[in-house]
Amino acid sequence: MTRMEHGAAQAVEISDAARVAQAQAGDREAFRLLVERHSHTIFGLAYRMTGNEYDADEIVQDTFLRAYRRLDRFEARANFGTWLYRIAVNCSLDLMRKRKTDEQRRVAAPAQGEESDCADAFDQMPTAQPSPDRLALSGEVGRHVAVALAALSPVERAAFELRHFEGLSIEEIGRALGLRESATKNSVFRAVQKLRKALEPLVVRNR
Amino acid sequence: MTHLSEQQLVALRYDEVEDRSAVEQHLATCEECRGSFERLQKVLAAVEAMPVSPRDADYGRRVWQRIAPRLDERERLDWHGWFSAKRLTLAGAMAVLVLAAFIAGRFWPRQPEPPTATAIPPEVRERILLVAVGEHLDRSQMVLVELVNANPPATGEVDISGEQRRARELVTANRLYRQTAQQAGEAAVASVLDELERVLVEIANSPAEVSTVQLAHLQKRIEAKGILFKVRVIGSEVRGRKPPIPSGAARSSS
Repeated sequence: MTRMEHGAAQAVEISDAARVAQAQAGDREAFRLLVERHSHTIFGLAYRMTGNEYDADEIVQDTFLRAYRRLDRFEARANFGTWLYRIAVNCSLDLMRKRKTDEQRRVAAPAQGEESDCADAFDQMPTAQPSPDRLALSGEVGRHVAVALAALSPVERAAFELRHFEGLSIEEIGRALGLRESATKNSVFRAVQKLRKALEPLVVRNR
Repeated sequence: MTHLSEQQLVALRYDEVEDRSAVEQHLATCEECRGSFERLQKVLAAVEAMPVSPRDADYGRRVWQRIAPRLDERERLDWHGWFSAKRLTLAGAMAVLVLAAFIAGRFWPRQPEPPTATAIPPEVRERILLVAVGEHLDRSQMVLVELVNANPPATGEVDISGEQRRARELVTANRLYRQTAQQAGEAAVASVLDELERVLVEIANSPAEVSTVQLAHLQKRIEAKGILFKVRVIGSEVRGRKPPIPSGAARSSS
């Protein structure tokens, strides 16, 4: 990071802290500024998590609503962006699980009482089919990447997103996802392993 | 040293490998492992190159427009917020008003009491609610159909102020029906009402006159969610579920 970038990042952080303090005191205008400042970043995260722009839009809205509701729990020392990220990841996981539950119900209505055993199983299942908009945006390799990402479980996808794109440490990811260190490491590893298996033949062939 | 494991290669990529110098030394001398690591880098580079659906500079403002009307709703659910000093002051003022109304009521001349809601049997209440939800879904459906079928002119803006006004009215009712459905354990109805509410809020917060691009976005959003279809299905299901009014009950409630 250059000195200028570092200075800019610090300025955003300081200004975020000031806005959060105002918002905590009931200033909606300050919260509006935070929403406008962070919406794009949260959308990027949500889109990579879901591969679907409509779901991503929904996650962005839910993230800010949850953040507003929990503003009083935000500690002044923390980084607002990272805190928001954590909320967005959880909103994404909730939505992905909900989508899968809905899908499962549609495919085969399970007997009552089976559902409680499914929470862990959901985390092992692929997230969804890639959306048409994502496929339309990509070339041949991009289409395969979209399919490979969609084949990851929600937790694998979240762990990979936070490690690879956001550069969070294993410890931070563990905190965000409520996982132990070994489980977090395994989730990142499994995600990379699956992506590699799916994409390596194609990527190597095309280069 | 044997070949590096896949886990070591991934750890190296993310700078988490335990014995970094030994691993790097091995990579320098082992062509096979170097090839594996390069292929891994290429795979991850391809993932990074995935485009993100673009959002314009106005996106943050639109997000705010969509969530602003819902902030109050969340505040009401938030007990921490409820006990804030400002709210306690308000609650105190309300308590004084209620007490004043109670004292005034004690000395005011009494009117004959009208029939209360508690006099209505549960079957009739359920029927009234089902009719209301059915009509609400019909009205919502009409707004959505009008917007989906709106033919925009080649240039200029489309006036959706009528649909917008109706959507705004429907949002409040929708919220009440959704909460009631949730409390009654009607998960499917609550879920559709939740999706409907998001679309209605978006329509309500759109400008009164939208460009053809904005209209197309709105239409795409309605169609992509399949919300119109879901509203139709739930609407017909709700109408089909209306319990009959027992003749005695109908008389006693009239």
